[in-house]
Amino acid sequence: MTLNTEFNLGTQSDSLFNELLDAHQGLSLDQSSQMNAAMILLLMNHIGDPAVIRDAIARARAALDA
Amino acid sequence: MARYQYEPFDYVTPPELTGQAGTRAPVIIVGAGPIGLGAAVDLATHGIASVVVDDNNVVSVGSRAICWAKRSLEIFDRLGIGDRMLEKGVTWKLGRVFRGDQEVYNFDLLPDDGHKFPAFINLQQYYVEQYLVERCTDFPDLIDLRFKNRVQSVGQDETGVWADIETPDGSYRLDGDFLLACDGANSRLRRQFGLDFGGRYFEERFLIADVEMQADFPSERWFWFTPTFHPGQSALLHKQPDNIYRIDLQLGPDADPEEEKKPENVIPRIEKVVGGRPFKLDWVSVYSFNCRRIDRFVHDRVIFIGDSAHVVSPFGARGGNGGMHDVDNLCWKLAHIINGTSDASLLDSYDAERVHGADENIRNSSWTSRFMSPEPGIEMSFRNAVLSLAVDTPFARRMVNAGRLSVPCQLDSSDLNSHDSDEFDVAMQTGMVCLDAPVRHADGRDDWLMRQIGGGFCLLATGGATIDPATLPDGITVLEIGSGRDGSLEDTEGLVAARYGRGVHLIRPDQHLAARWVAPTPGDITSALARCARIAA
Ligand SMILES: Cc1cc2nc3c(=O)[nH]c(=O)nc-3n(C[C@H](O)[C@H](O)[C@H](O)COP(=O)(O)OP(=O)(O)OC[C@H]3O[C@@H](n4cnc5c(N)ncnc54)[C@H](O)[C@@H]3O)c2cc1C
Repeated sequence: MTLNTEFNLGTQSDSLFNELLDAHQGLSLDQSSQMNAAMILLLMNHIGDPAVIRDAIARARAALDA
Repeated sequence: MARYQYEPFDYVTPPELTGQAGTRAPVIIVGAGPIGLGAAVDLATHGIASVVVDDNNVVSVGSRAICWAKRSLEIFDRLGIGDRMLEKGVTWKLGRVFRGDQEVYNFDLLPDDGHKFPAFINLQQYYVEQYLVERCTDFPDLIDLRFKNRVQSVGQDETGVWADIETPDGSYRLDGDFLLACDGANSRLRRQFGLDFGGRYFEERFLIADVEMQADFPSERWFWFTPTFHPGQSALLHKQPDNIYRIDLQLGPDADPEEEKKPENVIPRIEKVVGGRPFKLDWVSVYSFNCRRIDRFVHDRVIFIGDSAHVVSPFGARGGNGGMHDVDNLCWKLAHIINGTSDASLLDSYDAERVHGADENIRNSSWTSRFMSPEPGIEMSFRNAVLSLAVDTPFARRMVNAGRLSVPCQLDSSDLNSHDSDEFDVAMQTGMVCLDAPVRHADGRDDWLMRQIGGGFCLLATGGATIDPATLPDGITVLEIGSGRDGSLEDTEGLVAARYGRGVHLIRPDQHLAARWVAPTPGDITSALARCARIAA
């Protein structure tokens, strides 16, 4: 499997994006940071495929410089 | 139960200083820690003589290495002290991890039965060294153990090695063919050779204390992240023989070692851990640690082994256990080279295989260290996220890293292996150390497969396969495990067949599987053996 970078969120993408932001409402930067970490770990485990996860890490890192 | 009594070993003036002719040692071993002593005994089992010199005359001061893994116990069994260690040691296999005062995870290190040795025993390093010293005396013609002999420097050329040694009676030079640098983490020889000890230093300080107390804590490894009795840090509690408990407390990077070691500071901390039980302090030390190794372990005739070659943090019990892997890997190779049956290039495989092993140990112990003391900021966020998720989600429990304990090193990419040409759908894989299993002799005696495999090259037939001894090369023993008739051993519980399948297996003297076939030709066996032993032309 390779990382799917095509659109995959159907009609819910705007809603999910906003739900994610809402969940961070009222959190300190520290709390947000820990919540993000938990989120990443949960999704990483769900995906399970090391190649996909490594690809995602590399792309996320590269996106910093974009 | 009586606590361990340190009995100094006798210093004897070496023959070189009493006017007798000095002997040339096939192997000079510098350092009588567990690794140097283990190497001396291992070489002796192969008939190779050594002179062991140590600057001290007592066993390890403080318990230091206490957790001995199953694989090390199998090696110690081959060396003749396995049963003694098992009898004295505290057997355990369960580890529990707490966050605050709540258990988040526990792990069983040996879930299946049918092995002679348990996953781990706890036994203080001073006992292990004492048993090894006593075992050395079983080989009076092969092991010459010299205490209070400090090596100042060593040298070598094409024809041999020498060590310049200082004793209470003066200095002398000892000549030999090979020299094993087993002089520990602060190796003087490593410095003399100017070898770069690359890796990382961790700033975190830890307090380690052995306390003697009457308590009914179970024989388990208990590890806490941020316990209420030691807020914000981690703690470890582990049982040893003689009612001694090991307590390890993280202190943070700013702790002052000298201050922390003072009884008035140690005692209140321990009191909180043990909840008011009366105790006596046996040994206290404050340490920080390194994860480092030298690039190459073999430098012509001088070979680095144990802590002199590599050091790790203690949380995976990979220091002493990793060093015993070195002993196991090196000694048969050196013996074959000294006896002239193997080419000197066999030593290259010690370098390759044990560098691989050291890297595995360094990687694992570095990962644990990072999990235990993350950098402030995002590292701490991820670490704490794992701990929080672990309360409700099974996956995160497995990610909690409170030590990944020493497991046998897999040599699956070793040059000494021959690739499988037949398919085997079993747990055993080429390059793995053999899995133990119960077996029975024709006279009804119960025994273990590992003991029968022993310490030489062995051809093992399992699951009904047979071997025609007439077609075999020299220097190899044959072991048939099956029905128990016709000279074979009985596969008492069917575990040999289950773990190995039906086939013929070439086992190295360090009990790793080098090659296997369903039905080999004599040529298959001869060429696999030649490849594995680098048989001298
Ligand atoms: C606090 C602590 C806890 C540990 N816990 C564990 C554990 O649970 N499990 C585990 O597997 N490992 C553990 N270890 C690691 C373990 O103690 C070491 O890996 C092990 O002792 C290495 O053995 P060694 O023989 O290579 O070196 P050492 O035991 O250090 O022996 C070196 C010997 O060489 C001698 N020597 C040094 N220089 C000279 C010289 N110039 N001439 C002659 N002799 C010399 C020294 O006197 C010493 O006897 C722990 C270590 C520490 C410090």
